[in-house]
Parts: sequence; structure tokens; C-alpha cells
Amino acid sequence: MTALATPPVTAVSPARRTGARGRARRILYWIATHAVAVALSLMFLGPLAFVALTALMTDEQALTGDLWPTSWNWGNFGEVFARSHMLTWIGNTFMYAGLATLFMLLSSIPVAYAMARFRFRGRKLAFFAVITMMMLPPQVVAVPVYLIWARFDLTGTLWPLILPMLLGDAFSIFLLRQFLITIPREYTEAARVDGCSDLRTLVSVILPMSRPAIAAVALFQFFYCWNDYYGPLLYAQISEENWTLSLGLASFRALHSVQWNLTMAATILVMAPVIIVFFFAQRVFIEGVTLTGVKG
Amino acid sequence: MSSIAHATPRRRHGEGLKALLWMSPWLVGFAVFFAYPLAATVYFSFHRYDLFTLEFSGLDNYRYFLTDDRAWISIGNTLWLVAVMVPAQVLFGLAVAQFLTHLKAGAGFLRTVFYLPSLVPVVAGTVSFVFVMNPSGPVNQVLGFFGITGPDWFGDKDWSKPGLTLLAMWGIGNTMMIFLAALLDVPKHLYEAAAIDGAGAWRRFRSITLPTISPVLMFSAVTGVIYALQYFTQAMIASRVASGRTDSAGSTFVPGYPELSTLTLPQWLFHAGFRDSTMGYACVLALVLFAAAMALTLVLLRRFRAFADDEGGGR
Repeated sequence: MTALATPPVTAVSPARRTGARGRARRILYWIATHAVAVALSLMFLGPLAFVALTALMTDEQALTGDLWPTSWNWGNFGEVFARSHMLTWIGNTFMYAGLATLFMLLSSIPVAYAMARFRFRGRKLAFFAVITMMMLPPQVVAVPVYLIWARFDLTGTLWPLILPMLLGDAFSIFLLRQFLITIPREYTEAARVDGCSDLRTLVSVILPMSRPAIAAVALFQFFYCWNDYYGPLLYAQISEENWTLSLGLASFRALHSVQWNLTMAATILVMAPVIIVFFFAQRVFIEGVTLTGVKG
Repeated sequence: MSSIAHATPRRRHGEGLKALLWMSPWLVGFAVFFAYPLAATVYFSFHRYDLFTLEFSGLDNYRYFLTDDRAWISIGNTLWLVAVMVPAQVLFGLAVAQFLTHLKAGAGFLRTVFYLPSLVPVVAGTVSFVFVMNPSGPVNQVLGFFGITGPDWFGDKDWSKPGLTLLAMWGIGNTMMIFLAALLDVPKHLYEAAAIDGAGAWRRFRSITLPTISPVLMFSAVTGVIYALQYFTQAMIASRVASGRTDSAGSTFVPGYPELSTLTLPQWLFHAGFRDSTMGYACVLALVLFAAAMALTLVLLRRFRAFADDEGGGR
């Protein structure tokens, strides 16, 4: 790894690379970077490849530590569906992630807009509150919040995770606000001079300009829900018909203890949609991630 | 709010009422899911509470906390993650990002490759890692190839946390991406000037790169610590998969396998509140967690002007 932190001087001043010494250095540099690139690629992709290969092995072979399947058992994927409630889990996960994302957008965009545009006393305080909520570990308020939902008899379902999204999500508000403050005020002022109401301004001026940020928060929310284990564990563990993919996958190994191949096939099935979506929406992701970092 | 009257951009009155209206859903959310529960947590912490009976018990829960070995073990584990896992993630993320900036070709492709694991759903990624790092799995085979006898990672109390650290390093995609953006933002001419002055690569890194990206570095370190304080899913899944036990209602799964080495504070809180039904005590643990998270959030807010920026848009 030290090679990364101290790249040869030649990397920056190509003009000086002359003569045999320079050439030797360049070749060494080439070899070093390629070796590191290969090693890192193996490290990042290796586990996934091994999981995929194991998913295709027979029960017995999956226990051996072999790297390459002797026979390709594509039927393992079908077996996963046959032996578990995979379809129910997928349905529940889509419901959770889909509704939560929709509700989050409806509730968070206006809040972020108000925080980014309106001038009012306490605006700093409001932003401080958003950040505090965003940073708060969800376990801190778990007991009282659980009791609220128990009172409404909604524990055992996924609604305690979906309904709060109607009241805004701190992380999304933060991210949208960070984006919205970069839109020059002239746009909103111009719309105002033209007689647009605030709502019209938001819908027809701001929203079209904010498409990348909105896409990013929507994707983040959807993926957060898709990945969420803690939330469903807290509320839905007790009723199997409301399990999500995370809960299902977490208990898969215990139910099919020696069949690592099936566990790995189930793992692949959980990963696949996420990775497919990523390849189609790569730019949105990367722009969104960069948005979360602070500038300057 | 008709806007005809507000034709002049700068009004003497603020937009307080309007802002209140627009933000009202979130304000309700803040009250119901933050302010009230926080107050209730303090209240419950002085009570014995098992979902059915609520009984005042003074400082009993706090006293029990001081003598609860597992609470202290869990705090120790969480601190371990803060002290080892977070720096490992930040340094590795920085190293990989720095590496990508030096590539002449293929940087875009490799960036995608390196980012990919961070997208893998947490449960799926953890299950995969426990399997890949099983005693006879590929990781130990590779180590064996170099003549090293690999440990029983998630089955050995000394190696389970390092195993989780490797899992975290595998998923550094987001950190790497943020660092990469920051590194590419460093003005090129600074490097050129330094190179002309004869500064070596390490020197350039220390006196140009580091100072320029230090806010981003600090930001990701602090958020990393905050996420480490919440560390729950990976530890729980790793111990469940490695031990082969489930956590269904009625079973007696105690997290932290092997030998409590992966028991984190949020897990112990969850267990106390929702498996042992000692909710009053869970609230004491929650307050400990809250104090730690709050202290770090304050550090974050003090350090970053971008966060405390009160005049949005800078105009």
C-alpha cells in the first residue's frame, strides 16, 4: 500500500523523464500500478465471485472449500424460491422501500426548500435540529418509539418504518437542502416577480433543476430500505408474513444449516437487483455520493 | 400567501410564518420521533418497565449499569470499532482514491469495480464474508499459499473484530468516492509549483494534498465514528451466521458470538429492551449512546462552517 501514498516523482513531472533511468522508472511504475490495480480488483470482486460460484455448487461441494464448481447447478436458484418465502419477502421489501421513498419525497422536498430559501429566525436552529436527528443512532429512541407503535397496534408490521416518512427524513432533507442552496436566488426571485406562488415556483422552477439531487435521495432512500435490517428486525421479526429480504436472508442459514450453496444463491438473489439498478443509474449514484461530502 | 405584494425581493418582515407552515410536517416528526422519545427515554430510565407494568425504581437501572459486565464489554467493543475500524476505513479509502488519481487509463472502470461492494446489501455482504472467511475458505487458502495459517475469523474471539474491519474496508465505496472528488478538486498548479521547487511526492502529499482535503477527511472521520456507534447489523449477522443460531421470538440467542467479542452497545441495548424486556434499563444504555453521539455531532458542527451556514446560497 505504500506505493500508493508515495507515487514516483515521474508521475507529476513527465518532462524530466528522459534517458535510460527515466525509462526504467517508468516501467517499474507501470508494473507497480498494474499490480496494485489487479490486487485491489481481486480484493473487491473476489468475495462476490466466490459467492456466485458457490451458489452454483452441489450441497456437498459447497462444504469443501473448492473454488470452482464441478457441476453447474442453476437449479439452486429455483430451490431457494421453492424452499423459502422469497417471493413474499421480495413483495414486502418492495412495499417498504417503494412507499417509504414516495412518502419521503413528498414530505422532505418542501421542508428542504423552506430551509434553503425562506429567511426566518430560527433557521439555523432548524438546520441544527436536522443534523442532530440525522446523526442520532436509531437505537437511542427505540424504546419510546416502539411503544408508540404498540399503542396503535402496528408492531409486527412494516408500517412503523413507512409511516414516519410522511413526516420527513432528516438525511434526505439535509442532502436536498445542500443542493438547493446552490441554486442562485435569481431564479426564485424572477418567478416571484412573474407572480408565481411559492408552490408554483417550487414545482415549475426548482424541481426541474433539482432532478439529479432528487434522484439521488430517492435512490439512497430506496436502497436504505432495501438493506435495512435493524428496522424490520425490531418491528416485523415476530410475524413471518411481514418479513423483508434482510430478515429472510438472515435466518436462511439457520433454516438450511448445511446448505451453503442455497444460502449463497439466496445472497446473490438479494444482491442482484441492487447491482443491476446501479449499472443503469451509475451517474446518479456518484453525483449523489459526492453531494454528501462537504465542500471546502 | 399571495405573492403580488412581495414584488420587491427584500422584505422587511421575515418569512417566519410561511416557513413554519412549510416545515410543519417535519416539525411534527421532530416532536413525535425525537423530542418526545428522548424525554420519555430519560423518564423510563428511572423506572422498571417490562411493557406491562411501569414502576418507579430511582437509580436502580443506573446502579445495575455500573455492575453489568456485558454492558461494559459492549462499550469496549464499540470503542474498539471506533479506534480501529474507522481509521482503517478512512486511510484505506484515501489510499484507494489517491491510487485512482494516479492512473492514466481505466480509472473510471476501476472506480466502478471498487465502488460495487459498498452497494451490496449489508446482510448479504456480511453473510458472504462469513462464508468467504470460513476456516477452509478462499481467504485462508490464499493465506495458506503464502505459508500463513489463517485464523478461524468469525469463530475466534480475537479475530472476529478484525474480520468485521475487513468487511468494512471492503465496503469503503462511498468514502473513496468522496475522497476522490476532493482529491480531483486540489488545484493542479499547486503540485506543479511544488514539483518545480523540488518537493518529493511524500512532501507534496503532506503539504498540499492533506491540508486541502482535510475538511473532507475530518467530515468522513466524524461521520464514520457516528456510524461506528450505531454498528449493529454486521455484528449481529456475523455472529448469527457463524454460530448458526437465529434470533426468533422465544429463542435464547445472545448476540456477540464468539464469546461476546462482537457485542456492540446498540446490540446490547436492543437485547435488553426487546428480548429481555427490561426497557427501563435499555433506556439507560440508550442515554449512554446518545451522550456519545451528541458529543461527536457537536464536534462536527463546530468544525464545519458548511454545516452551520446560516445564509443559504451565500448570496
